Amino acid sequence: MKARYLAATAALALVAGTSAKAEDLTLCWAAWDPANALVELSKDFEAQSGHKMNFEFVPWPNFADRMLNELNSGGKLCDLMIGDSQWIGAGAESGHYVKLNDFFDANGISMDAFVPATVTGYSEWPKGTPNYWSLPAFGDVVGWTYRKDWFERPELQAEFKEKYGRDLVAPATFAELKDIAEFFQGRDIDGKTVYGASIYTERGSEGITMGVMDVLYSFGFKYENPDKPYDMAGFVNSPGAVAGLEFYKSLYDCCTPPGMSNAYMGEGIDAYKSGQVAMQMNFAFTWPGFEVDPNVGGGKTGYLVNPAGPDGERFAQLGGQGISVVSYSEKQDAALEYIKWFAQPEVQAKWWSMGGFSCLRAVVEDPGFAASQPYAQTFLDSMAIVKDFWAEPSYATLLADSQKRFHDYVVAGQGTAQEALDGLVQDWTVTFEDEGKL
Amino acid sequence: MSAYSITEPSKASKWVAGILVTLYMVITLLPLAWIISTGFKTGPDSISYPPKVIFSPSIEGYVNLFTDRTRATPEQLATMPPPDNFVDEIVQRRGEVVTGPSRFGERFLNSIIIGFGSTALSIVLGTLAAYAFSRFKVPLKDDLLFFILSTRMMPPIAVAIPIFLMYRQLGLSDTHLGMILLYTGVNISLAVWLLKGFIDEIPREYEEAALIDGYTRFQAFRKVVLPQAATGIASTAIFCLIFAWNEYAFAVLLTSGNAQTAPPFIPTIIGVGGQDWPAVAAGATLFLLPVMIFTILLRKHLLRGITFGAVRK
Amino acid sequence: MPDLPADTPVDRLARATPPTLARKVRGLSDRTIAWIFVAPTILLLLAINIFPLIWTIRLSFTNFRANRPNEPVEWVGLRNYQRILTDPDIWQTMQATAHFLFWTLFFQVLIGFTLAWLINRKFRGNDLMTTLIVIPMMLSPAVVGNFWTFLYQPQIGLINYAVEFVTGIPASSFTMLGSVSLAPWAIVIVDTWMWTPFVMLICLAGLRSIPDYIYEAAEVDRASKWRQFWTMTIPMVLPFLMLAVLFRGIENFKMFDLVVLLTGGGPGDTTLLSSIELKREAFEKWRTGYSSAYAIILFVTVFGLASIYVKALNKVKER
Repeated sequence: MKARYLAATAALALVAGTSAKAEDLTLCWAAWDPANALVELSKDFEAQSGHKMNFEFVPWPNFADRMLNELNSGGKLCDLMIGDSQWIGAGAESGHYVKLNDFFDANGISMDAFVPATVTGYSEWPKGTPNYWSLPAFGDVVGWTYRKDWFERPELQAEFKEKYGRDLVAPATFAELKDIAEFFQGRDIDGKTVYGASIYTERGSEGITMGVMDVLYSFGFKYENPDKPYDMAGFVNSPGAVAGLEFYKSLYDCCTPPGMSNAYMGEGIDAYKSGQVAMQMNFAFTWPGFEVDPNVGGGKTGYLVNPAGPDGERFAQLGGQGISVVSYSEKQDAALEYIKWFAQPEVQAKWWSMGGFSCLRAVVEDPGFAASQPYAQTFLDSMAIVKDFWAEPSYATLLADSQKRFHDYVVAGQGTAQEALDGLVQDWTVTFEDEGKL
Repeated sequence: MSAYSITEPSKASKWVAGILVTLYMVITLLPLAWIISTGFKTGPDSISYPPKVIFSPSIEGYVNLFTDRTRATPEQLATMPPPDNFVDEIVQRRGEVVTGPSRFGERFLNSIIIGFGSTALSIVLGTLAAYAFSRFKVPLKDDLLFFILSTRMMPPIAVAIPIFLMYRQLGLSDTHLGMILLYTGVNISLAVWLLKGFIDEIPREYEEAALIDGYTRFQAFRKVVLPQAATGIASTAIFCLIFAWNEYAFAVLLTSGNAQTAPPFIPTIIGVGGQDWPAVAAGATLFLLPVMIFTILLRKHLLRGITFGAVRK
Repeated sequence: MPDLPADTPVDRLARATPPTLARKVRGLSDRTIAWIFVAPTILLLLAINIFPLIWTIRLSFTNFRANRPNEPVEWVGLRNYQRILTDPDIWQTMQATAHFLFWTLFFQVLIGFTLAWLINRKFRGNDLMTTLIVIPMMLSPAVVGNFWTFLYQPQIGLINYAVEFVTGIPASSFTMLGSVSLAPWAIVIVDTWMWTPFVMLICLAGLRSIPDYIYEAAEVDRASKWRQFWTMTIPMVLPFLMLAVLFRGIENFKMFDLVVLLTGGGPGDTTLLSSIELKREAFEKWRTGYSSAYAIILFVTVFGLASIYVKALNKVKER
């Protein structure tokens, strides 16, 4: 008995000796599919470091409110935060996040090793400067899925060719996408009425903005004058942007299933999986789920990079997040240890195999990458053309403004596209004035 | 009431009433039946288009509710031993592996602690206050009563920021005690108002007789008033529990890893992409059970009790 | 006191307490006891409700932003209030709230009272049915809101198919939550579904509190059933009904969780209730000072309406 007791103490001392201090770390993220994979992945970290990982996942609709409230009040709940890309400005300027440059230098982590768009999108503030506040953790981008099995039906191919004079293949431009959506809208397939496409229309958080922006970029929308920051008139409401917004509304009116008036990621997934739509706009994180779905998996689904606009410009809305260390945490060393572990190529490779969209170039540029999953190449191509929403500290207000303007016009049918975008310029100008940036 | 009372409704009117109420009951329970049946559907069945009324039942929803899973690669699956229990079997059939128990159990337990704890506290404090308001001359009684009611008029969001900051200062954030106090603070107005109605109805003569018999006020309160007010207390408890059990806005904001209750948790149950409707439905069904059982147990009191708690003197 | 409960261990314990303590307790005046009984409630309300309220009032005169804790806070006087009261968008949310409030109360009172009146026929099984009918109000609004978006889904939900089954209108031809004209009614339907039982219970309480002898007397006077209903049943149930309306009214004026999960305020702003707008200002735009002023305006509105109402209620009670 006594001997065993001694052995136990000795073992305890040994453990304590190997790791400086075993900490209880809490990582905060949204409650979604990739989060489950991260829990599983992190078990390796726990085994290697002796630290224990706890997770705090908040559902998407509350994610921003809950976590920003946490950060703003200097909360110590989260040691590690996988915060949304748009928070980076606030994270940096209000001092919520720890600046990681020195840590990266000391540990030989180079931002050149990550996909450039993700470094700009998730880590830098101010944008375009080498000031890093996070490590790119989860790459994400808006793209499209389409029902390959429907597209390949000979009778539909013939009918499409007769009607439009070209083959029924994955669209390369938004105009083609709308033709195909119209073609499928209301069609009877296997005894069910199907619809053209599902797009984002959600009012409450960020849905419709993500969807509209995804289209507007390729129509020539720009957030500001490239030569004069925060000068938005003529860029936000440029003729191209107006045409893009009109296009989005026409797509909503003609080719979406009934009831998709408040739809975001989840509603899109449900509509697609239940066989209601031929095409679906959604973030890439949803794609692994389709591959294993009994209805749309097993080769029935094709993946599509965001189509090009009328002038051939082609961009896509960025999603995804970087992982940051919260400056209010008392366990920053252990948290940094986690990031160091997470940045390793082997861990990143495993992350990808588990459905986590790695941003490490060694993973995504591996010769075997494109063939590793049916959507891998589409993901890679999409990540090369991303743009993101404002990442300013006041992004939440800017987002609330665009949510209202876009939903009022696209879904509720109030006013014109020109009025909506003119109004948006006004709203955003007021917000930047409040901020003292104008 | 006597059987041949002239106020007894006629047989025909009873029949008509019975049929109409049954009709309403069927319509109102239909969405509920849909929730419960969705809990026994598979993922694809739950979002089938058009919806399936007849389906082959599955316990996938309940399995998903209680486990955390992750997708496994085919190679991983191939190397795994064959499933030795039904949970692993169901999960592996979908190409996933169980990574551990979900937190639904903990959340459920938190709901029980916080829901029943704050109900008990509301009842204790509410009964005392209601008794005092009913029996004693309290200065500014009407104003105080209205003040108590008025605290219920504040939109929760309006006080959310101060409460959030205050709780953080006091270390009450994300604790069971903090949530119990908060829900009691919200419920107490309803409790005092309802209970005062019940206690007003208890004739004072009983207590006065007890006082003459040498009981103290406290004894009279405990031995005479409390038993008489039991029905009222029971029905008030139901209403307090329903609120505390289901509250969402504060729970989202103030609780996380430690004291989070089930309402913020249930809508977050996600499967392989998208919301896992069968698991959400399973969670909603299980979550309904305790409060439903509580109500059914106290149902005689609910009906009799609410009769007693009159606003009329 | 022959009908007091039997001797319990607690009683024996009470008797065992030293006489001095008992005398002390006995010696407490009613006034003291009253305060001892009321004080915990008042203290709790002060801590959980009044203190944060005062804090909110203070914030409402500043330009404080909770997402910029380090920036200097300035007093802006009544500017926040002025901005809110002159903002047409705010008036629109008030209208949406009024629509929601009026129609939910209307339907809940109408259906709730009718049900109670029917159940009061005391047909066989009315007890069990009452318990079953009450179930929807035991559900969590968050779960209800979340699940009803699913039920309202035109292609995969129950409601549109049920409507198709009854009326023949094709399920995919209308969308309850997506149409500007239907969405305000969609939220009224869900709230009515959920909370009619509450009104019903209180009405039932009222109906059962009417002593039989009153009806018996009316029968003797040969008053018609119709007359009995209007001159006796309604006036005697009215205080109960008003209490139910008061509680539902307060709850629905601050309605948040159910509607936010159903529509998120959409489509456009058609179901943007005051509380949802308040939450946007406070937690999305982080205009803490501004949203505090908005919260105070809402509070004063309910408070004013409720105090007028409670006066009326007391009048009805005294009749």
